[in-house]
Amino acid sequence: MSAFLSYLLNGLAVGCAIALIASGLVVIHRVTGVVNFAQGTFAVVAGLCASSLLGMGLPHGLSEVAAVLAGAVAGLLTGLAAIGRRGTSPLSALIVTLGVGVLAYAVEIVLWGDQPRSAPGLAGSVTIAGARIQTQHLLVICVTAATFVLIALFFGRTYLGKALTACASNPYAARVVGIDTRRMGLLAFAIGGLLGGLAGVLITPLRPISFDTDVTLIVNGFAAAVFGALTRPVITLIGALLLGVAETMAAGYGYGSHQLEVALGLMILVMIVQASRRSTIHEETV
Amino acid sequence: MLTVTGVSRSFGGVYAVHDVTLGVAEGEVCGVIGPNGAGKSTLFNLITGHLTADRGEISFLGRRVERLAPHRRARLGMSIVFQAARVFRGMTVRENVMVGMHGRTRAGFVSAALRLPRHHHDEREIARAADTALTRVGLTEWADRPADLLPIGQQRALQLARALCARPRLLLLDEPASGLRAGEREHLAALVEELRADGLTILLIEHDVAFVTRLADRVVVLDLGQVIADGSPAEVRADPLVLAAYLGQAS
Repeated sequence: MSAFLSYLLNGLAVGCAIALIASGLVVIHRVTGVVNFAQGTFAVVAGLCASSLLGMGLPHGLSEVAAVLAGAVAGLLTGLAAIGRRGTSPLSALIVTLGVGVLAYAVEIVLWGDQPRSAPGLAGSVTIAGARIQTQHLLVICVTAATFVLIALFFGRTYLGKALTACASNPYAARVVGIDTRRMGLLAFAIGGLLGGLAGVLITPLRPISFDTDVTLIVNGFAAAVFGALTRPVITLIGALLLGVAETMAAGYGYGSHQLEVALGLMILVMIVQASRRSTIHEETV
Repeated sequence: MLTVTGVSRSFGGVYAVHDVTLGVAEGEVCGVIGPNGAGKSTLFNLITGHLTADRGEISFLGRRVERLAPHRRARLGMSIVFQAARVFRGMTVRENVMVGMHGRTRAGFVSAALRLPRHHHDEREIARAADTALTRVGLTEWADRPADLLPIGQQRALQLARALCARPRLLLLDEPASGLRAGEREHLAALVEELRADGLTILLIEHDVAFVTRLADRVVVLDLGQVIADGSPAEVRADPLVLAAYLGQAS
C-alpha cells in the first residue's frame, strides 16, 4: 500500500512537470493558434543552464531564476522566428517551431556537449502517511500548483490576460480594437518559454537532461495539452497528472523502460478521442 | 477627417474598387450605399486596414494611414462595428467591452503582472467606462452573461459599445442594419442619431438605402467599384445614374 502511495505521489510530481510543459503549449496555442513543437527545448535550455550556473558556483535560487529566464528568452526567440513576420499562418509557424527545435540541438551540443547533465536540487525526502517522497518532488508539486493559480489569475483577472484571450478568441476583432496581435503572440511565446523553463529547472535534479530530452517532454506535454483540447488549462492539468501517475505506476510495477511508449500510446488514444469530437479544436482555427 | 484619394484594389485583375475618392468631414454622418458587388465591403476593409490598396492614398486626421496595420489605425481613433458577430467568445459582455479600451490603457505587462496600484486604478476605470457604454446601448442587464450567447441584434449592440468605449474619432459601421428585426433596426437608428447629436463622425456602409438616407448627412453611391454619385440624400435619390444602377439591378 505504501509503495502504491509512494508511486502515486511521485507520479503526481512527474505529472506536474508535464503540466508545466503542457500549459506552455496551451498558452501559446490559445493566443497564436500555433502548436509549438519547440516547447520541450525551452525546458532543456533552462535545465542545462541551471546545471552550468550551479556548476560555476552560483548560489541556488539565483541560478534557477536565471535559468528560467533563459527559457523565456528562448521562447521569445522562437516566437520571433515563428510569428515575427506579420501574416504567418499558424501552420507555417508550426513548421518553423519544429525547425527551431532541431536547430536548438546543434546549439545545445556546441554549448553543453551531448552527455546528460544533472543539477543538485533539494536533498532528502519526507514521509507522508507511510510513503516516502523526495523533497524535490514535493517542490515540483508546490511550484506547479502556485504557477497554475498565478496563470489562472493572470488570464482571468488582469486586463492584459483578457487582451491575450481576446487575441485567441477572435484575432480579427482584437486588431480592430487596437490590440497588436503580433506583440501579444510574442508575449505568449515568452510566457510559454518561462513555463517550459520552470519545468526544466524543476526536473533536472530528478533526471539528467540532455539535448534530446525535449522529445520525451514534448510527447508527454502534447498528450496532456491535447487532452485539454489545447485551450483549457484545468483539463490539461488533470490530463498531465493522470499521465504522470500512469507512467510512474507502469515504471514502478516493472515496465520502466516503456515509459515513452506508454506516453505515446496514451497521446494517440487521446488524439483519436479528441478528433472524433473535433469541434473544440476546429473552432479555434476558424 | 478621413480622405480617400484615388484608391484602387483589384482581385485577380478585376477591380473591386476602382479610383475611389471620398472624404468624411468632422462631425458628419457619411453613408456609402450601392448594390451587391459594388465594392462596399472592399472599400471598408481598405479603410480599416484589413486589405491594402494597390494604388491611392488614405489619410486620417492628417496622417497617411494606407500602410498602417489595422491595430495602429484603431489606436489613431477608428472604431469598427462589423456585420458579422465578431465578439470575443468565452468572455462576458462587460469583459468584451473592456477589451475595447485596450488602445487607451497605459498599464503595461509589468504593472499588470505585479498588480501595481496603477493597474488596479486602470482596471476600475475601465470597468466603469464599460458599464457606461453598455447602458448607452441598452445592454446593462446582459453585462455578466457570456457574450457568445447574445442574439444577433444584441451582439451588434455589444460591438457598438465596445467601439464607443475606445472613444473613437471616427466610427465605422459595416452593414449595421442587416439581419436586424424592425424593432432592433429602429433602436439602432435612434442610437446613431444620438451619437451624431453628440458630434461623433460616422461612416456608415449599408445596403439598406432607406436606413442610410434617413441617417446620413451625405451619401456616396458606389457601383461596380466606382463612385457614381456623392451628395445629400435628396440629391442622390434624384440622380439618374443612381436610379439606373438600382433599377438595372432590379430588372
